[in-house]
Amino acid sequence: MFTPTTQKDKEEMLQKIGVSSIEELLQQIPSQFLYPTLDLPHALTEAELTAHIHELAAKNKPLKNFIGAGMYEHFIPAAVPALSSRGEFLTAYTPYQAEASQGTLQTIYEFQSCVCALMNMDVATASHYDGATAMTEAVLAAARITGRKEVIVSTLLHPHYKEVLTTYTRHAGLTITEAKVQTNATLAIKELQAQLSDKTACFVLPTPNFLGNLEDAQAVSEVVHAAGALLVAVVNPISLGVVQTPGEYNADFAVCEGQPLGNPISFGGPGLGIMAAKKAYVRQLPGRIVGIAKDHDAKRAFVLTLQAREQHIRREKASSNICSNEALCALNAVIYLTLLGPQGLREVAELNLERAHQLADLINAIPGFKAGTGAPFFNEFLVSCPMTAKEVIEKMAERGIAAGHDLGNTCTAMKNCLLVCATELRTESELKAYADALRGI
Amino acid sequence: MQEILIKNELSIEKSRPGRRGVRYAKAQKKASDYLPAGYLRQENPRLPELSEFDTVRHFTRLSQQNYCLDGQFYPLGSCTMKYNPKAYDTLSVLEPFAKAHPFAPESAVQGTLEILYNLQELLKKITGLAAFTLQPAAGAHGELTGILTARAYHDAHNGANRTEVIVPDTAHGTNPATANMAGYTVVNIKSAPNGCVDKEALKAALTDKTAVVMLTVPNTVGLFETDIREIAEMVHKVGALLYMDGANFNALIGLAKPADFGVDIMHLNLHKTFGAPHGGGGPGSGPVGAAEHVAPYLPQPLVTFENGHYTLAQRPESMGKMKAFYGNIAVCIRGYCYLRQFDATTLKEIAENAILNANYVRARLKGKFNAFFDRNCMHECVLTIDPHSMNGVHTSDIAKRLLDYGFYAPTIYFPLIVPEAIMVEPTETESKEMLDAFISAMERIYEEVCTDAQVVKEAPHTQPVRRIDEVSAARQPNLRW
Repeated sequence: MFTPTTQKDKEEMLQKIGVSSIEELLQQIPSQFLYPTLDLPHALTEAELTAHIHELAAKNKPLKNFIGAGMYEHFIPAAVPALSSRGEFLTAYTPYQAEASQGTLQTIYEFQSCVCALMNMDVATASHYDGATAMTEAVLAAARITGRKEVIVSTLLHPHYKEVLTTYTRHAGLTITEAKVQTNATLAIKELQAQLSDKTACFVLPTPNFLGNLEDAQAVSEVVHAAGALLVAVVNPISLGVVQTPGEYNADFAVCEGQPLGNPISFGGPGLGIMAAKKAYVRQLPGRIVGIAKDHDAKRAFVLTLQAREQHIRREKASSNICSNEALCALNAVIYLTLLGPQGLREVAELNLERAHQLADLINAIPGFKAGTGAPFFNEFLVSCPMTAKEVIEKMAERGIAAGHDLGNTCTAMKNCLLVCATELRTESELKAYADALRGI
Repeated sequence: MQEILIKNELSIEKSRPGRRGVRYAKAQKKASDYLPAGYLRQENPRLPELSEFDTVRHFTRLSQQNYCLDGQFYPLGSCTMKYNPKAYDTLSVLEPFAKAHPFAPESAVQGTLEILYNLQELLKKITGLAAFTLQPAAGAHGELTGILTARAYHDAHNGANRTEVIVPDTAHGTNPATANMAGYTVVNIKSAPNGCVDKEALKAALTDKTAVVMLTVPNTVGLFETDIREIAEMVHKVGALLYMDGANFNALIGLAKPADFGVDIMHLNLHKTFGAPHGGGGPGSGPVGAAEHVAPYLPQPLVTFENGHYTLAQRPESMGKMKAFYGNIAVCIRGYCYLRQFDATTLKEIAENAILNANYVRARLKGKFNAFFDRNCMHECVLTIDPHSMNGVHTSDIAKRLLDYGFYAPTIYFPLIVPEAIMVEPTETESKEMLDAFISAMERIYEEVCTDAQVVKEAPHTQPVRRIDEVSAARQPNLRW
């Protein structure tokens, strides 16, 4: 049983409380509300539940995955879930009582450190809900820092990220405009330059962008900073094993969806919002941050710090309302990065780059299909098809392959376009099987 | 002893060049063969270089420096630290769920969608509300979702001039912070002497500018708002909506349905009431429910069931999207498992036992640690002390001393209206023996306060570190290696 209280316990406890029945304790609830009829299914035993959930799981069809578009299937070393699923981590509370939570606190400090190293940034937070909310919170921080109200985002920002940004900021007095794109599906930097003004709080630069292409981030950074605006970079964390980092191109905030770092896709959640920033902005950051303190014996210890920014202290004046974050996903990420180290990260990034380019080459050899736009890309790229992407996806699914993301869902003009991803998990024979299947449809 | 031999180092301090924990196949070409020079990373990141075994030891040792629910009793008020059934650990991450992609063809993810749909339906049944979104990733995220949903409702009902959200002074900090984030002005109202909403103060604050009233039920002093129905009528009379913070729903599950109170919008915490673990601070899940008239404005998409097929349905009047994808699905699967393991009778018993346990602790500690409101409570009790009569011992000292006795600290200094607050929520999954042990520890601390207050003031004495000077961290922040 879930509740250990026996009838005998109950009687003894009621007696100590000085009431004769549970109902007496419930008198503060008006009787008109008490004990409503609930039409719930019968209670399953653990064995029945297990069978039931396995049955539901079997209704998901295993397709060989070539979809990315914000969530990526990567290899997760066995040590990652083995360690993070330990009850000592899994069932611990938020580390407010620092002395009894040094384990969780040190892992967060190490997570922040690994994020800073990965991004080449000064400081990082303990985590956010996902990439989209981390980006949105960075934009809100940028508006507070600059005192400006206009935000420009790349047209090639993930459409769901745009939607989250709009939803969150609709009532924050910000205006959001989009920066135009060139024919090779990268940012039109000259036009962005004209669009920037002394009212621009920040520019949001996704690189790789939603169509998989890497941007000339250095050039973008220069025009953004020339206008006195801040640069919010939205990146792919695995790409940073080989691709220029936000710190290197002087980004003010760097955010990403951290799921690729040791977390399963799980239909899009839990994700892991990662946010890093320049040191100057640390007191404007939302959410929890862990720092080093001294204990009574001057020994090194870890605590949640700079809490004067947070809702439980500042209430309506807080930098955000965030409380719970994605600590366990951040733990997966720090274990993953610790296992890989600098060398492993480079290797996995190089493999992603190679597998995606190999697949693009194979697709380009198929009459009627064209992969890529001519711009540099990482592990994901655009494919123009001689039929609708919807049709391609349906036919490939019949062959056991999830062919990619249908870009027609975002923009009807792109109904013949597919966004295809190949990570290090896709073997060369799987790439070949993909191309063969595509040729056959 | 052990400390001398095995230092408590950071992973980067254990790092030795050339070690590694995982190896990948070698790419045939270099990155520079695929990307222009200006696009490449210049230097490798300063990540630790450890073997797999080093890494396993490192994180295992860190895990051992944690209190955790599997090992200790967490009497944390407002947090509902109840047992997290082990079956859900495996079931929520079965490979077909873990690998399901949010952009996969719907026909390939019917199992996941069916669970989400069923969970929406079950949450509707236990609350009486008309629709639920599973998108919010946490309680505070649910609050923001709820308030922005209310805002969309008002915008569609000539309510754009409504600019205020009323929040009682007992509310969690997330409530006012949420209202502010949604662009509303926060109007704080004081509580009545009995710990519930001061109806006169509420009446004075309610105007045609009021958009939403946010109430936590039961409230944060552990009491049910007995006049909730009347309050709802007052709120509705001025055209405002009643938001219920459902963080404390463990006290009500199976006992009462919020829709019957007149609640328009509410959030639930799957990581509190529904047995999902806290994970050291997340991920959580904060589903938001709405009554019929507000339901069209919830975030999109919701899962619907049409012609034998589960589908993600777009919603034309929706307030938008709160998260890139559809929610913290693995946590939702746990919530679904929980609701399938209990029927109406057992759910009701869960709430009753949660209430029984809190009242038992309150009654047993009376005389040494008194409840701020001397009456029966719901699922948690809020105690208070007077440091003047306790040899200068404060609530924070008692909290730290409890760690030495093997108990996590209660929620302290909250709610703000209770001086030196000690908020205890035992939950229904603790046995009488565990409660008795906790009570004994509290009694012994009380004795120590009288005989040797210094030992309490300098606690903890048995943790991996001594009492931490938290201010020292903020002075010159060291936030990374």
